[in-house]
Amino acid sequence: MKKIHVSLTVNGDAVDYLCEPQETLLDALRDHLNLTGAKEGCGTGDCGACSVTVDGRLISSCLMLAAEAGGVAVETVEGMANGAELHPLQRHILDGAALQCGVCTPGILVAAKALLAQNPDPSETEIRYWLAGNLCRCTGYDKIIRAVQSAAAEMRGEA
Amino acid sequence: MGREFKILGTTPPRPDGIEKITGKALFGADLNVTGMLHGAVLRSPHAHARIVSLDVSAAAALPGVKAVITADDFAEVENAANRDTLHNCMAHGRVLYDGHALAAVAAVSKSVARAALNLIRVEYETLPHVTDVDAAMQPGAPVIHQGKKHKLAGDDVSDNVVGYYSFGHGDIEAGFAQADTVLERSFKTAAAHQGYIEPNACLADFKGDKADLWVSTQGHYLVRDICADILGMESSQLRVTAAEIGGGFGGKTTVFLEPVALALSRKAGKPVKMVMSREEVFRATGPTMSSSMDVKIGMTADGRITAAHARLRYQGGAFPYAMVMMGAMSAFAAYDLDHVQAEGWDVMTNRPKMISYRAPGAPMAIYAVEAVLDELCQKLDLDPLEVRLLNAADEGTKSSYGPTFKAIGLKACLKAAQAHPHYSAPLGPNQGRGVSAGFWFNFGGQVSVSMAITPDGTVNLTEGNPDIGGSRASVSMMAAEELGIPFEQVNTVIGDTGAIGFSDTTDGSRVTFTVGIATIKAAKAVKAECCKRVAKIWEIDADAVEWIDGAVHPTGHNAGDFPPMSLAEIAAMAGRTGGPIAGHFEGAPDKAGVSFGVHIVDTQVDPETGFTKILRYTAFQDAGKAIHPDYVEGQMQGGAVQGIGWALNEEYIYGEDGVLQNAGFLDYRIPVASDLPMIDTVIIEVPNPGHPFGVRGVGETAIVPPLAAISNAVARAAGVRLYALPMSPPRILAAMDHG
Repeated sequence: MKKIHVSLTVNGDAVDYLCEPQETLLDALRDHLNLTGAKEGCGTGDCGACSVTVDGRLISSCLMLAAEAGGVAVETVEGMANGAELHPLQRHILDGAALQCGVCTPGILVAAKALLAQNPDPSETEIRYWLAGNLCRCTGYDKIIRAVQSAAAEMRGEA
Repeated sequence: MGREFKILGTTPPRPDGIEKITGKALFGADLNVTGMLHGAVLRSPHAHARIVSLDVSAAAALPGVKAVITADDFAEVENAANRDTLHNCMAHGRVLYDGHALAAVAAVSKSVARAALNLIRVEYETLPHVTDVDAAMQPGAPVIHQGKKHKLAGDDVSDNVVGYYSFGHGDIEAGFAQADTVLERSFKTAAAHQGYIEPNACLADFKGDKADLWVSTQGHYLVRDICADILGMESSQLRVTAAEIGGGFGGKTTVFLEPVALALSRKAGKPVKMVMSREEVFRATGPTMSSSMDVKIGMTADGRITAAHARLRYQGGAFPYAMVMMGAMSAFAAYDLDHVQAEGWDVMTNRPKMISYRAPGAPMAIYAVEAVLDELCQKLDLDPLEVRLLNAADEGTKSSYGPTFKAIGLKACLKAAQAHPHYSAPLGPNQGRGVSAGFWFNFGGQVSVSMAITPDGTVNLTEGNPDIGGSRASVSMMAAEELGIPFEQVNTVIGDTGAIGFSDTTDGSRVTFTVGIATIKAAKAVKAECCKRVAKIWEIDADAVEWIDGAVHPTGHNAGDFPPMSLAEIAAMAGRTGGPIAGHFEGAPDKAGVSFGVHIVDTQVDPETGFTKILRYTAFQDAGKAIHPDYVEGQMQGGAVQGIGWALNEEYIYGEDGVLQNAGFLDYRIPVASDLPMIDTVIIEVPNPGHPFGVRGVGETAIVPPLAAISNAVARAAGVRLYALPMSPPRILAAMDHG
């Protein structure tokens, strides 16, 4: 099968890969770029475990073809921490015990970061609806919502 | 208990946390190795069919395909349970349910593997099928396997009945005669899936006659022993490493892909990675049982239960299983009854074989019991918590399933619920409040732990139980508590099957209890060894030293005037005092200590749409001693929400053709963040006398109460009671129309 050459930016770095036409951006990240933080929980856009941003917009990377990603800027969970310095969302998720198995956590983090980028002070309801596309089966969401609230407060300089 | 703890009860961040929040943690599908092939499985589109012919020649000839296997590539297995497991992983002669595997390929890429599947030619002769439990029990129903009928099943049921159990005591007819009111109701519950977000995945690599297996599992020793038997190997020839596991809830306590991946790797001579799609997870792993149940309870006018009887019929899929026993044992466990009987029937159907789902067998049985209790409370105008308290089991109660309870926390939970502001908060129109008790046995089981002290004085603790929700943190905390050292001085890792001895699977809410006991015992051995070494250094009697807060001290002035030696100082000198210091424990602690919980839920039912909104939720549970309270709360909240999904939405829907109609998260809808309020928690601590720190397992109980609590709340909100789960909007609307 003839492969397609794609050049793009991932977490600020210029990268490229060769992909098959039916492969998704998620396949490319995981299998060609060895960035396995984004997970495939369903492959149909229902679970959000593969959440990344593309040019700042939150998407399910299992629903975007790898071949379509030429020239875009992708952000994944691997790009959230600044070296050893964790993003406030990462710290609050960990300190707030907002993960159990942790497989949905990368998607939750990417999605929550995208929320706070456009709404630094979301209500509990706004957080719940924004994260409705990110399934978590372990936590019942309670501690995740609280962690996003406390991270948002810190980022607003209130904590 | 009065004991003061330094570490227990605090909430340090889990040791595996940084990896999990930075995307570095390696789950089942995250490992890639050089030269790796990709496996894929061909699955039955039929509920029940004979495989007339199976031709894999074109698939095997496709360039890039390195191995194709069918049932013919496995030798017959002697052990009956493992033989069933093999036949579930790879159909032999007949396919028994929609999604049943019948061939597999390994190829250089996923796309070549998928293309190869399309080249496999199968001729099926479809056979009659049955997917409903009541239909499957009828004489004349299609029989899934002949000759498996349970000897006590009775003559009036089909050969699909593979288990019959009865528990109880007293004379139920005499008890019903003493009642002022007797109520009998019949219930049905749908099969639910554990819904772990990480699909099953593994990577098998044969090297000569030995193999390595990397796998997302709740029990890598179990995987080792089952796979070795199926592949005709010695257990010692197979080394299994547990990946980080992306949820299991009981669903990853058996094998599906693993023997297939191993057989493909053996045939191809290369590593083979296999990952299920979500559709495969739904169709071909193990959901929980569906059920059909009758419950009859007699009560006096003042709320005393005089007798109780349950008949539970569970559907567990296409192979023999034995899980209704747990339902029959747990159904009435919460109550102190003179006359009680619970019977259960395990039934085979043309569905995927069930596997454990969090408190397996208990939620549906207790749902039926707690719903009948609630209806009696309504009829007799009694307070539901008051009635439960009046009848509650306590220390010394002879339980409905036999044993006499030691100290238990049910009454404490009920009293805490009564006193909680939630129970007396006002309700609005179309709103209703429901309560339910819940129970789980908990388990001890086999365990191995090795505790090695490094030269810098840190503690490397190796245990054998995959960490599914933070157990490395709680185990590290117990080690730190026992040794009197900081939490950060302990590193707990999950060893592979070659590293330490056998451990039972991460199930039965057993890890914090059992690995905790093993860890405490290993720490005691370390302390004793350190005392011995220091006594030698100080040249005094071994019993003239003692361990206090992470250091060896002289027992008093008579012993000598020595400054205490810390673990780090002792470890630094270990090379000169007899070599490395370590402790270990292997054993099978019992006395796990049963667990009770009580949930209160407020619901609002929309009379126009039948939609149920969860307004407020409070969970009370006896944790014995909460090692890490945040993680205990997390278990209570997660279990409650899984129960909410089961009560309101989740169900396996089969068509007339026996094919699963909703094999995806869009149509099998688990709760999402916007469906829910915060889940409030109240941890009760009635110490388990069977654990040095009082620990009880907490993982499973919380999924039990939500089913009835929500059903009871809906009954009061909608003014009409439903007798089937899930209570989806169309079902509620239909009940309201007929009510």
